[in-house]
Amino acid sequence: MRKLVSPAGIAAVLGTAVLLSAALAGPGTWGGAATEPAIVDRLAPAGAEHLFGTDDLGRDIFARVMVAARLSLLLTAGATAIGVLGGVLVGLTAAVLPKYPRRALVWVMDMLLAFPWLLLVLFCTVIWGATATGAMLAIGLAGIPNLTRLVYNLAASVSGQDYVRAARVVGVGPFGVLFRHILPNIANPLLVQAAASASVTLLAFAGLSFLDLGVQAPEYDWGRLLNEGIGSIYTNPMGAIGPGITIVFAGLVFTLVAEALADQAGQGVRSVTAAGRASMAPTGPGRAARAEDAAAPDGAVPQGAGTALAEVTDLRIAFPDGEGGLVERVHGVSLSVRPGEIVGIVGESGSGKSLTAMALADLSDASAVVRSATRRFDDIDLNTPLARGEGKRLGTELGIVFQDPLTSLNPALTIGRQLTEVSRTHLGMNRGEARERAAARLRAVGIPDPGDRLRDYPHQFSGGMRQRAMIGMALTGNPRLIIADEPTTALDVTVQKQVLGVLHQAQQATGAAIVLISHDIALVSGFCDRVVVMKDGAVVEELDARRIREEAGHPHTKGLIACLPDMRSDRDRPLPVIDAPLSAVAPPDEAVQGGAVAKVPAGDTGTRSRPSAT
Amino acid sequence: MATAPGPVRPAEPAPASARFTDRLSPRASFAIRRTGRLVASLLIVVVASFLVIHLVPGDPVRAALGPTAPVGLVENTRADLGLDEPVTRQFADYVAGLLQGDLGTSIQTRQDVAEVIAARFPTTLTLASLGFLVAIAGALPIGMGAALLARTARGRSANPVVSGGLGVLIAVPDFLLSVGLIAVFSVWLGLFSPAGWGDLRSSVLPVLGLSLGPMAYLARIVQVEMIKVLDSTYMTTARAKRLPQRIVLFRHALPNIVTATLTVGGLLLSGLTAGTVVIETVFAIPGMGNTLISAVQTKDYPMIQGVVLVFALMVLAVNLIVDLILITIDPRTSISEG
Repeated sequence: MRKLVSPAGIAAVLGTAVLLSAALAGPGTWGGAATEPAIVDRLAPAGAEHLFGTDDLGRDIFARVMVAARLSLLLTAGATAIGVLGGVLVGLTAAVLPKYPRRALVWVMDMLLAFPWLLLVLFCTVIWGATATGAMLAIGLAGIPNLTRLVYNLAASVSGQDYVRAARVVGVGPFGVLFRHILPNIANPLLVQAAASASVTLLAFAGLSFLDLGVQAPEYDWGRLLNEGIGSIYTNPMGAIGPGITIVFAGLVFTLVAEALADQAGQGVRSVTAAGRASMAPTGPGRAARAEDAAAPDGAVPQGAGTALAEVTDLRIAFPDGEGGLVERVHGVSLSVRPGEIVGIVGESGSGKSLTAMALADLSDASAVVRSATRRFDDIDLNTPLARGEGKRLGTELGIVFQDPLTSLNPALTIGRQLTEVSRTHLGMNRGEARERAAARLRAVGIPDPGDRLRDYPHQFSGGMRQRAMIGMALTGNPRLIIADEPTTALDVTVQKQVLGVLHQAQQATGAAIVLISHDIALVSGFCDRVVVMKDGAVVEELDARRIREEAGHPHTKGLIACLPDMRSDRDRPLPVIDAPLSAVAPPDEAVQGGAVAKVPAGDTGTRSRPSAT
Repeated sequence: MATAPGPVRPAEPAPASARFTDRLSPRASFAIRRTGRLVASLLIVVVASFLVIHLVPGDPVRAALGPTAPVGLVENTRADLGLDEPVTRQFADYVAGLLQGDLGTSIQTRQDVAEVIAARFPTTLTLASLGFLVAIAGALPIGMGAALLARTARGRSANPVVSGGLGVLIAVPDFLLSVGLIAVFSVWLGLFSPAGWGDLRSSVLPVLGLSLGPMAYLARIVQVEMIKVLDSTYMTTARAKRLPQRIVLFRHALPNIVTATLTVGGLLLSGLTAGTVVIETVFAIPGMGNTLISAVQTKDYPMIQGVVLVFALMVLAVNLIVDLILITIDPRTSISEG
């Protein structure tokens, strides 16, 4: 019940109290002023005496609004009840029906849903006539398809749960399942939906009465009062605005009730605003942030820094923690890549290897706060805004291959379009030249009929082909560095080998350097010249790939290597476990940060967009 | 009235095994399913509009003409409407009439229903089309802009204002919004006229009243979709190519937004068609919606039948157009249902 004390909860309770007291006490308190004609006072403008003015018979409009609360709310309750009960009945019936009748029923409801709801209401109004009861039936019935859909979807999702299947297996009949398992589990979302649909119903009722199709004179509800008020909107605007505001207020109260209920059920959407609040990071995101102190990097010493093609020193990457602070995920990493060199970065998930590589490519997420002493590609300083020609050079000289080619290729654009745009934008080629180049690159990565395949969309390629196309795309410029972020993880084993082969050939042909990120130390040590081992956002060791088994010094690296089974492995013994738990290895403060990472809310883009790539 | 009855839930994907259409290409299977649905919808619409007069409890002719009408008149009218015939015969006549463009004669005014509709349809069509255009033209930049804003530190502080404004526009039903527009722009500022149709002075408010609600709702969908798209890996791929910002946004992001937006927003746009009924009444515009409301009030059943049928056909036409756009722009047709 703690959540009821949220602002929405308090507002919902207060609003409900106001509406209820108006509905209960309204006719008794204001009944006289609302019904007694007073010709002297007719069409008086709004003022202290008459808050909303008076109508053409001199009746106080504010009093009439208060009196109308009872009828308006009763009709709303009636129509909502019809809609919800009908929806539950039809929806649950659909849920327990056998396959074909169920499909037919859902199909009919879907068909009705395709029609605007107002049209359904009008259709029903025709049948029962323009009366209060007719409107109540019409609005209630017209709401059934939507609620049916909701109930059916909820029930279908619950009945897919293991405990419901288990109940079926032990022989509980459809009605037993319905009442003992499904209904209790969908009751809460249903309640939320009922409150939300009450809000819509109230507005709909006001609308029908406003159109002269609902409550008829001499009776009146809020919509009828609005209808009467708009006639004299020039002489007394409050006569229309007053009832209008009342309708909006009542609708808002129902919405707030729905929100408060939803909050209680733990379905709130608060995290988005919480993420928004974290926006005020101490320094701006991305390259705008530059470390003031070029402190000596801890851990690894960059090799060959003088001749490096790309390098970062003392790279620190932090993300908003959703509560106004920052969580540092990469702690002072230094890394350099020489021209033509193949560097592997190995580490488990969350070790910061992808974050490091993305910062090296200047492609960090917008929410990331990136700081480093130096961060450059060739002679392009990535810590300062890019100059005019530098973007073009990065676009052509730096290629990227991601883990899952299905998500890293744009599904709405043809392969040809995606493989030609770098040539056309940056290399000044015309369409024909660019397509020729793209076809040549596709042929180079082993895709047959490349000319025809350019017209295909990514979904028409198989997984391995897509990754080949992605590598081909990285080659369309004149790459000097290719960053491959787990390029084979999403592929099956036989395809993995082919894709690595393609990458290797590309390296041979272009002489580009490669940064290969992986969690697989065997793969990396077989493919790379040099291996960088990362753990918990820091580099723990850098090794020559050929001598990795002999030279591994850090216990984490040794653990990774020990896990690799080979021909001599004793198959009866369990594989070794790497390391102790996080807290035993990492310094205490990092352990805390490790825990804090999990708190980054769903709305935050930084850590969620590539959950498995780090 | 309210723009959308509660959240619109996308339909659950059908089980893959049981459909013969699965063996076809996604596009063909989508086209077949949607054509099937269109034909079925047409049937339902025709039957429903035929049934209007038969579902009315009691004697519809007596109800329409009032308790004081002479018996002879009631009998004659009933005979005119063919209500003395067996129902199957009536339905056959009704369908035959429809195919010849004959929608019957008004009980109240004795006018030819088809002629009345023909005279009023262009106004409603213009209003609805302008409403679509304004809704879409407003929703795309607002939604995309809001999503981009949310990613900058400065923009995030403006975000609650944007989403609050959109929330109000979504929550306030069109008839109230229209009353508010009249109060501000006609009564207070005197900029636009509160009723009528045809010139700029009278047309601005109806179009706004019709489109602002759907526009806000669409803008929110666009915003959510845009955030999803911006977070996707293929947008990082596009950024890696260092393309000009406008190419990244319009070529790489926009097509992916349009698909999802149209799938959900199609319902909204067809709802806008019916919204003209409300708007025409508020602004006293001589269109089909106005005709429908007065026909319902006077129980002029042939007129109701005709107008409801035309409105339903408009809705089906909008759905068809949305489907055609989807099938053209979405290569995957991942739109399995919905």
